[in-house]
Amino acid sequence: MSGLEVTLGKLHLKNPIMPASGTFAEQMTNYIDVNQLGAIIPKSITKHRRTGNPTPRICETKAGGMINSIGIQSEGLTYFKEKTIPFYASFSTPFIPSVSADSIEEFTEVCEELGEMDEVDAIELNISCPNLKNNGVAFGMDPSVSYELVNRVRKVIKKPIIPKLSPNVTSIAEIARACEAAGADILTVSNTFIAMSIDVHTRKPKISNVMGGYSGPAILPLVVRLVYQVHQASSLPIIGCGGVMTGEDAVELMLAGASAVQIGTASFVDPEAMITIREEIEEYMKLHGIKDIQEIIGGVMVHKP
Amino acid sequence: MAVKTEIIFNRQVSKRYFHLKVKVPDKQLFPVQAGQFFHIKCSDDQKPLLRRPFSIFRINEEEGTLEFLYLVKGIGTKALALRRPKEKLDILGPLGTSFTMKEESRNILVVARGVGIATLSALAFKAKGENVSCFAIISARSQEDYLVEAELKIAGVEAFFVNDEDGTSNPQCVRLLAETLIKEKKIDGIYTCGSRRLSVLMKQLACQYELFAEIAVEENMGCGIGSCYGCVCNVEEEERVRPVRICMEGPVLPLKKVVFA
Ligand SMILES: Cc1cc2nc3c(=O)[nH]c(=O)nc-3n(C[C@H](O)[C@H](O)[C@H](O)COP(=O)(O)OP(=O)(O)OC[C@H]3O[C@@H](n4cnc5c(N)ncnc54)[C@H](O)[C@@H]3O)c2cc1C
Ligand SMILES: Cc1cc2nc3c(=O)[nH]c(=O)nc-3n(C[C@H](O)[C@H](O)[C@H](O)COP(=O)(O)O)c2cc1C
Ligand code: FES
Repeated sequence: MSGLEVTLGKLHLKNPIMPASGTFAEQMTNYIDVNQLGAIIPKSITKHRRTGNPTPRICETKAGGMINSIGIQSEGLTYFKEKTIPFYASFSTPFIPSVSADSIEEFTEVCEELGEMDEVDAIELNISCPNLKNNGVAFGMDPSVSYELVNRVRKVIKKPIIPKLSPNVTSIAEIARACEAAGADILTVSNTFIAMSIDVHTRKPKISNVMGGYSGPAILPLVVRLVYQVHQASSLPIIGCGGVMTGEDAVELMLAGASAVQIGTASFVDPEAMITIREEIEEYMKLHGIKDIQEIIGGVMVHKP
Repeated sequence: MAVKTEIIFNRQVSKRYFHLKVKVPDKQLFPVQAGQFFHIKCSDDQKPLLRRPFSIFRINEEEGTLEFLYLVKGIGTKALALRRPKEKLDILGPLGTSFTMKEESRNILVVARGVGIATLSALAFKAKGENVSCFAIISARSQEDYLVEAELKIAGVEAFFVNDEDGTSNPQCVRLLAETLIKEKKIDGIYTCGSRRLSVLMKQLACQYELFAEIAVEENMGCGIGSCYGCVCNVEEEERVRPVRICMEGPVLPLKKVVFA
């Protein structure tokens, strides 16, 4: 049955399920058949090798979420091109590297190199990381910076570019429109929410970096809202990301306007989660007599007075 | 591989510690080696959300069972302590590296603090199987927290207990005790787990006496299988410091290479 196929602009996926950057590595191929995924997105890559933040890098919160501050531990572009890309190229699933950088110049440079490789099907831009040249404010928190970044990358690659928006903004619609105007093809909505947790017994922050990114089921309703807002503000296809643990959660994001869905924290709990979620979407379709999953995209019925 | 095991027992063994035994269907998951760990789903609902790592305490391959010893600390271990016999327990593993014992090894010293003895106890049984004499220094908060004394006897371990209450667990005392054992018992390998302070001390002694040494390290884990980079620890190699993922390159690492923050 081809009912799970989705089209996001120029990108055709055999199903809408893919990993969220930073929650999937080569080792996952020991647990799941990667050819059954819609796309592969590995951890964000930087130009140079980076060691990441001190530990503890992860803590759990009571309300069904976790906070992480990995800090983009990366082997650097050369290693990525020599080792990581050839590994993923052996699968039939589209390969979408995620790029992170400290400056617009570096973003452009890394994207240009990757964009030239046949193995690369599209590039996700992690614009939610801090811009060191701009007092640590994330690129994606400012519409004009987002515009400039996406526009510069647009000029150097033809393949689809997918900015991953930050939820830590006043108006995500504004950033989405800036990215669209700059030539983005698809939007990932969204990255993690900045959060903090304190151990009340030691009075110390639970992760060494004090603050980190919040993910997991606790953030699903926040992401449903963001996807809905972006869907209304922009005509670009959306990849929903955040809080999906089940097939129904994925369907919820699609009803809000997502054409595809990324799975992150759920894979930590169960390495086979992406496959289970895909099967649960099929069950949902059977239950409701849906032949083509694309029918439900943006299908939320909102009664407007 | 994640497998639904059946809980055989899950009983309190002292004020803060529990002993869990599970039956693995069809002997899946074996072989399991001392030092490896399992990533356990403590509860079937989302509290806690993430699995929790526990090292293997006893491996019973013939009867297809595994045992764990754990300290009740926070939300995860509290949920685990509520689990009852016959319930299904989802465990992922075996994960990570195991202890290595040199073929020429004759006398080893294990130095553990608190629940660190869980993982080292599995090693003690391995030593027994290979006719290697095992000596142990067990450090705890109080006498009440001495764990697995009986187990260690079965494994033929000569154990020395030290605790905070009578001051015997301070680094000077432990150093003196360890040095005496190294010399008198002709120790040729050191294994440690459970305390940063003791690990630093054992690293010094291993370097000083040029002994083979391994440590089982702990860190908060997200995935347990190498996907998240949450669990890193720095190791020093040829003058370069490299962050390694504990769930993959560890939890057992060469003690002399580990950089203690
Ligand atoms: C390889 C390995 C083997 C271990 N073996 C044992 C063992 O045999 N017996 C035993 O009692 N303990 C063992 N631990 C420690 C055990 O995993 C933690 O005590 C447990 O995760 C605490 O969970 P909690 O929810 O009860 O505590 P929480 O309330 O979450 O937190 C208490 C503390 O536990 C730690 N912690 C929290 N979440 C995690 C997590 N996902 N992973 C690791 N640590 C976390 C944090 O340091 C935190 O400060 C091992 C840890 C590792 C990494
Ligand atoms: C441990 C961890 C590491 C992450 N690393 C990255 C990263 O390198 N790049 C990125 O764009 N997002 C990263 N993220 C964010 C995820 O891609 C995703 O946006 C977030 O986890 C929300 O989805 P979830 O609730 O399904 O986990 C990371 C998340 C986690 C939990
Ligand atoms: S726990 Fe995720 S990489 Fe080790």
